[in-house]
Amino acid sequence: MSFRQARWNEPLVFEMGFEGRVGTLLPEVDEEVKGAVGEPSKLVPERMLRREPPNIPELSEVEVLRHFVHLSQMNYGVNSGRMYPLGSCTMKYNPIVNELLVRDERLAWAHPYQDPDTVQGILEILYTLKTWLAEITGMDDVSLQPSAGAHGEFLGVLIIRAYHKLRGELELRREMIVPDSAHGTNPASAVMGGFKVVTVPSDGRGCVDMEALEAALSERTAGLMLTNPNTLGLFEDRILEIADMVHDVGALLYYDGANLNAILGKCRPGDMGFDVVHLNIHKTFSTPHGGGGPGAGPIAVKRELSKFLPAPTVEFDGEKYYLNYDRPHAVGRVRGFLGNVVPLVKAFAYILSMGPEGLREVAEVAVLNSNYLMNKLRRVRGFSLPYGEGRWRKHEFVLSSKTLRKETGVGAGDVAKALIDRGFHPPTMYFPPIVEEALMVEPTETEPLEELDRFADAMAEVSRQAYENPGAVRRCPRNASVSRVDEVRASHPKTMCLSWRMYKSRLGAT
Amino acid sequence: MVHPYIPNSVPDIKRRMMAELGIKSVEDLYSDIPEEIRLKRRLNIPGPLSEMEVKRTVSEKLGKNVRLRAIPFLGAGVWPHYVPAVVEEVVSRLEFLTAYTPYQPEVSQGLCQALFEYQSLICELTGMDIANCSLYDWASALGEAARMAARLTHRRVVVAPKIVHPERLETLRTYVEPAGMSVVQVGYDRETGLMDLSELEEKVSGETAAVYVENPTYLGFIETQVDEISDIAHRSGALLIVGVDPISLGILRPPGDYGADIVVGEGQPLGNHPNYGGPLLGIFACRGDTRFVRQMPGRIIGMTVDSEGRRAFCMALQTREQHIRRERATSNVCTNEALCAVAAAVYLSLLGPKGLRRLCEVILSLSHYAMKRLSELEGVEAPLFRSAHFKEFTVGFRDARVDEVNKALVERGFHGGKPISREFPELGEAALYCVTEVHSKRDIDGLVEALREVLEA
Repeated sequence: MSFRQARWNEPLVFEMGFEGRVGTLLPEVDEEVKGAVGEPSKLVPERMLRREPPNIPELSEVEVLRHFVHLSQMNYGVNSGRMYPLGSCTMKYNPIVNELLVRDERLAWAHPYQDPDTVQGILEILYTLKTWLAEITGMDDVSLQPSAGAHGEFLGVLIIRAYHKLRGELELRREMIVPDSAHGTNPASAVMGGFKVVTVPSDGRGCVDMEALEAALSERTAGLMLTNPNTLGLFEDRILEIADMVHDVGALLYYDGANLNAILGKCRPGDMGFDVVHLNIHKTFSTPHGGGGPGAGPIAVKRELSKFLPAPTVEFDGEKYYLNYDRPHAVGRVRGFLGNVVPLVKAFAYILSMGPEGLREVAEVAVLNSNYLMNKLRRVRGFSLPYGEGRWRKHEFVLSSKTLRKETGVGAGDVAKALIDRGFHPPTMYFPPIVEEALMVEPTETEPLEELDRFADAMAEVSRQAYENPGAVRRCPRNASVSRVDEVRASHPKTMCLSWRMYKSRLGAT
Repeated sequence: MVHPYIPNSVPDIKRRMMAELGIKSVEDLYSDIPEEIRLKRRLNIPGPLSEMEVKRTVSEKLGKNVRLRAIPFLGAGVWPHYVPAVVEEVVSRLEFLTAYTPYQPEVSQGLCQALFEYQSLICELTGMDIANCSLYDWASALGEAARMAARLTHRRVVVAPKIVHPERLETLRTYVEPAGMSVVQVGYDRETGLMDLSELEEKVSGETAAVYVENPTYLGFIETQVDEISDIAHRSGALLIVGVDPISLGILRPPGDYGADIVVGEGQPLGNHPNYGGPLLGIFACRGDTRFVRQMPGRIIGMTVDSEGRRAFCMALQTREQHIRRERATSNVCTNEALCAVAAAVYLSLLGPKGLRRLCEVILSLSHYAMKRLSELEGVEAPLFRSAHFKEFTVGFRDARVDEVNKALVERGFHGGKPISREFPELGEAALYCVTEVHSKRDIDGLVEALREVLEA
């Protein structure tokens, strides 16, 4: 098999076009309207009129379409490419039917300030989704407001804050505990919510070090943010003890839902003792990630925290769906309007497509695929599987290419680029930070056995090449739109170029 | 069950894989999950349904929405604008739609370049040097901007106008309060709605991190005192944050022109449908000084070269971000609204400077026509402020309750503006209407006639 990505040498949109071209026509203004209001530019006060038109190119529709289609051909998606084992990102197949559903004009043109009586259909979908997400996570109430996982984390942290504040303990409880294997968003969200981060190490089994946790917990602790299974793909099997320890000091337990795919229908964060949970709709519930969003990051909470969920919440009074703004204990909202409705509707459709058996199958096959691949890759020369010796992984596993690096000079980043040449999207690299030369692999449930085998073969081939001709691996990729990109140059103050404006002023300077 | 989305759900395949692992059951892989927390029942959710049934179910639910004769005359931060077919086609391309964040730039050049173009187009539109590749929405972008201003000035107070979207104000407060910051508001002139400059002078102090101003304002009129507001902010060492509707910048002065340090706004009207309020597109642009760049939140795409010296793009300045900097990051943002930003880039490329200007003129004509026609009705005043307006305007009702008016309008197939009487009791019974190019003269005439009936009834 050979992979060649398109290489269009596509100019920037600013380098294209011709003065006077138009890319779209606008409706003519009715003569009667013109007569009634006169010259439109006279309606803007002189001192607020734009003097120079913006420096935006003038292009025909044909040019615009081709330009962006060419760009799309220089991009890699899970539906258009192959296996996309980007660990912790759950890049599963994104069902096509869900894309068609959300093009419905009854959704597209619906405005969030419409009278709820006129959008009962949308509200019913959102309300029903809320109840399903509560059931799936084992929690009692849900807010659909956050736009992404990290946004949900921020809201979750604010709820922990509000809980302690209401109890008069916020002044004392300034610390949020985060394991060293946690996603970077966890400590960042805790700080945004006004907390100080206390990091606890992992033990040899790849789980939270219980002694360190015991030592870190105190009356100053606001909460513990945990991912389960964690970023090593290992289940925190002492979770019930952890929950008790956290609750015993009066703190709350936060669940980062990035890895929920592994346990759908098998066990639930609510039953493990978690108080607040965020979900990544664009991971677990198959909505496309759009190259960085839009996603959605609903949060679910236990009953005693329900009153803190931000307004408005979607409710049902037995007859009608409505928006509840009357929430005296609610934390402030984290964005305008209701939430990222389009991904939420896709998630609704996805859950319907799967049903309870399907969701359970998702988890089981995701975990089976992951262990099958782990079992093959751990034997590939130069790779090892640190932490949790002898333990099964869940939906993902983390390889270390430390030995490969030492013996051949080929690091995790080089392996990633070599995989690109073989048509695969690389795994997550250099994460979690506790694994040297990490490659975090999450195959998901939507890859066929044959594809898992091909990926394993590709990894073996890269290893072989690294030992025979390491220089060739370090020169990868050759088959992508560009060769190795100079990321240092992109961020260096002297060479940094972040816009067309900066580019032009730089040209002027040289 | 064997499911179309799960190729290995075939029992024979699973058996083969399990044999390879030396296990008898998939349960063995879950053996470390304590017995007490295992779910011993099926999840209580419906399904699985076939594709056909899923489509039917969703369609039936959406069928419960009320069908209106015209697109609602609603804006207030989510605006109805036509989305050209080319925009929809581009964002449906699976290579864009089903990609993750471009962590691997070599296979993500298309997205990186499109986002670089988005950033650049936003800079041209706003008159700023740099922009990030999106935040969640206007409100959260404002929250991030205020926190950035505090990091830059080491001050903790944000001064905002009284006429501001209540949800934006609430979001701003949510974002700044954990950072020990606060928000104070400045009143407005009852006649024009414009910011009260003497009150602004009083409230701006050595504690002020930023002065925030919106243009057009939440209530649709154009704030003309921007140069004065900018002066007052800068004289005290505060930053000027400007919030915009990007469409308006086809005809209004860009904030860079009047000294904005940070520009935020709602990018949804650039090629994205209202979609019941989400996804949206948080615009974030600022000055290009190094100290600003280092404090910016969110992802930024930079231009660079590949190992053969060819032009290439990748995420820049990642050392500001959570996945590298963890608790010392400038923001926790990770997933943003990238595809909406691509839509905006396509949209702006299609319109071009002349198309955008023309769009603004069409909107101005139609919104002013609507104001004129509505004002002709007995007991109706539009707008309530003696100021220039863009696409939104206030409508006051002398003898009717706005909620009742809206209910009666829906019965006639029209959706009126957003009631604002609770937000601004001083304006009496009033609503905020929005008219754009999606509303034809017939739609506006229909609305006016329906309203006449309602008021006469």
